[in-house]
Amino acid sequence: MIEIGLGHYLSLGAIIFFLGVIGIFLNRKNVIVILMSIELILLAVNINLISFSIFSNDIVGQIFTMLILTVAAAEAAIGLAIIVVYYRNRGSIRVEDIHGMKG
Amino acid sequence: MIFNLNILFPEIFLSLSIFIILMLGVFIKKSFNIIFNLTSLIIITTIVIILSNSNNEVKIFLDSFTRDAFSNYFKILILVSSFFVLNSSKTFIMDNKLDKFEYPIIILLSILGMFFMVSANDLILFYLGLELQSLSLYILASIDRDNLRSTESGIKYFVLSALSSGLLLYGCSLLYGFTGSTNFDLIADQLYKDNKGAVFAMVFILVGLAFKVSAVPFHMWTPDVYEGAPTSITSYFAVVPKVAGLALLIKFMFIPFSNILLEWQTIIIFLSIASMILGAVAAMVQKNLKRLLAYSSIGHIGYALAGVATGVISGYQSAITYISIYVIMNIGAFSCLYLLKKDGQYKENISDLSGISKKHPILAISLLIILFSLAGVPPLGGFFAKFYVFASVLEQKMYPLAIIGLLTTVMSAFYYLKIIKTVYFDDSVISFESTKNKSAQFSVLVSCVILVTFFLYPSIFNNFVTSLFVN
Repeated sequence: MIEIGLGHYLSLGAIIFFLGVIGIFLNRKNVIVILMSIELILLAVNINLISFSIFSNDIVGQIFTMLILTVAAAEAAIGLAIIVVYYRNRGSIRVEDIHGMKG
Repeated sequence: MIFNLNILFPEIFLSLSIFIILMLGVFIKKSFNIIFNLTSLIIITTIVIILSNSNNEVKIFLDSFTRDAFSNYFKILILVSSFFVLNSSKTFIMDNKLDKFEYPIIILLSILGMFFMVSANDLILFYLGLELQSLSLYILASIDRDNLRSTESGIKYFVLSALSSGLLLYGCSLLYGFTGSTNFDLIADQLYKDNKGAVFAMVFILVGLAFKVSAVPFHMWTPDVYEGAPTSITSYFAVVPKVAGLALLIKFMFIPFSNILLEWQTIIIFLSIASMILGAVAAMVQKNLKRLLAYSSIGHIGYALAGVATGVISGYQSAITYISIYVIMNIGAFSCLYLLKKDGQYKENISDLSGISKKHPILAISLLIILFSLAGVPPLGGFFAKFYVFASVLEQKMYPLAIIGLLTTVMSAFYYLKIIKTVYFDDSVISFESTKNKSAQFSVLVSCVILVTFFLYPSIFNNFVTSLFVN
């Protein structure tokens, strides 16, 4: 049996975080997927904060997590609203189609 | 406890007034004008409240909120600049049917977020302030919701800014883990260069902050958002969040990261040089004035970062002077855009300025002053801004940074002079309507007067900025 320590949690957090970042940059299909990737990044941060908080016996990290959860919800709401407004004008939310301005 | 609330009074006043005018906006029909005027009144009242408070350094709520001369100065700069931006753009807002009552309220909300950003002394409060500001800015970028370009700029800004917030937050979580605290002062005590995890976290936080002030290589959103968003929003974006972002950057360098100077200095020098070069080169080929101002603002952030890169107090002071003069110049430049009206359409291409000196001599001379100042021609304000930055860079013997900065200043003079050439020496094509936009004219006048007369009192302003760091 291996003991699951702080390092394991941090590795999990780092893996999820980079999955989120890669998801934003490699995604060529749909803006909704980008929104999901952003949520993934914030959740990775939450894993980090909670494990730090538990292992250093300090409650502040868990309070921080609660606040991040609320902010993430607000961010998702605003993001979806912007995507809806964009869809009404453009009729598509494919990432390839978002190129009205270049230069 | 009551004592604490007294210190927090500007923020409390601002948030309560936001609730009240939000209610008024819902229940009064056609309420844009009322809400707009109330917003101006609230901004002025908040300035008065901050001025009537003392500047002594006080930390409240478990040392998570500071009130000192530094934060008060930035709050007043934010309020004054948003007052000018709002009032000069009122006619533009009405003409483009953006007169929704939410508009000034969301601007107030973003100001509230910036207040917490510049006052924060704790990672949690700093993050919440930053997000309040960013969430308001996402909405503002896409406020013209029936316009494809505005919504597209909203989507681009949202995705990139949310990503940068994520990076910054990841940095915050690591910083908390490796120093054991979220308080800036306690972090500063724990942060040494042997603490590899915390240095790693510092890089993430710097990346996030560089996104917010649009320093190269994290500037991708700037030109698109500036071009796509309505001009009134662009002028807000170009001025106010930059001030708050730079204040935050200086605060991070000054308090939590003060012990790892050598580690972050290289990063800031790189950001600064890259921004200066890109700002000078990429702006040369632009045809759209808003896009050009976007690249010019990237370049100007590069100069301000050069002041921060010195890592000494005189450098931070020169960066603060720089950003203050930058604000004045950009308010003037964008107010000029509100005067370029023809058949109900606002023109924003450089070719539209062709030969306007013949029919609009006053507008042409104001543009001349503002553009010369942006280029850094003495004796205008922009020259003194650059002078202080380069003086403090040279004091620290950072010669390569100073040489590259001076070279890019010369390069960027090229595209400012190109506009002036278009204004004065090209054939007249369009004659604009004689505008009745008094508030925009007033903003142009104020900014020109300050820029022209700045050489009379540079030391007074400099002494004032020096006093911000004396605690």
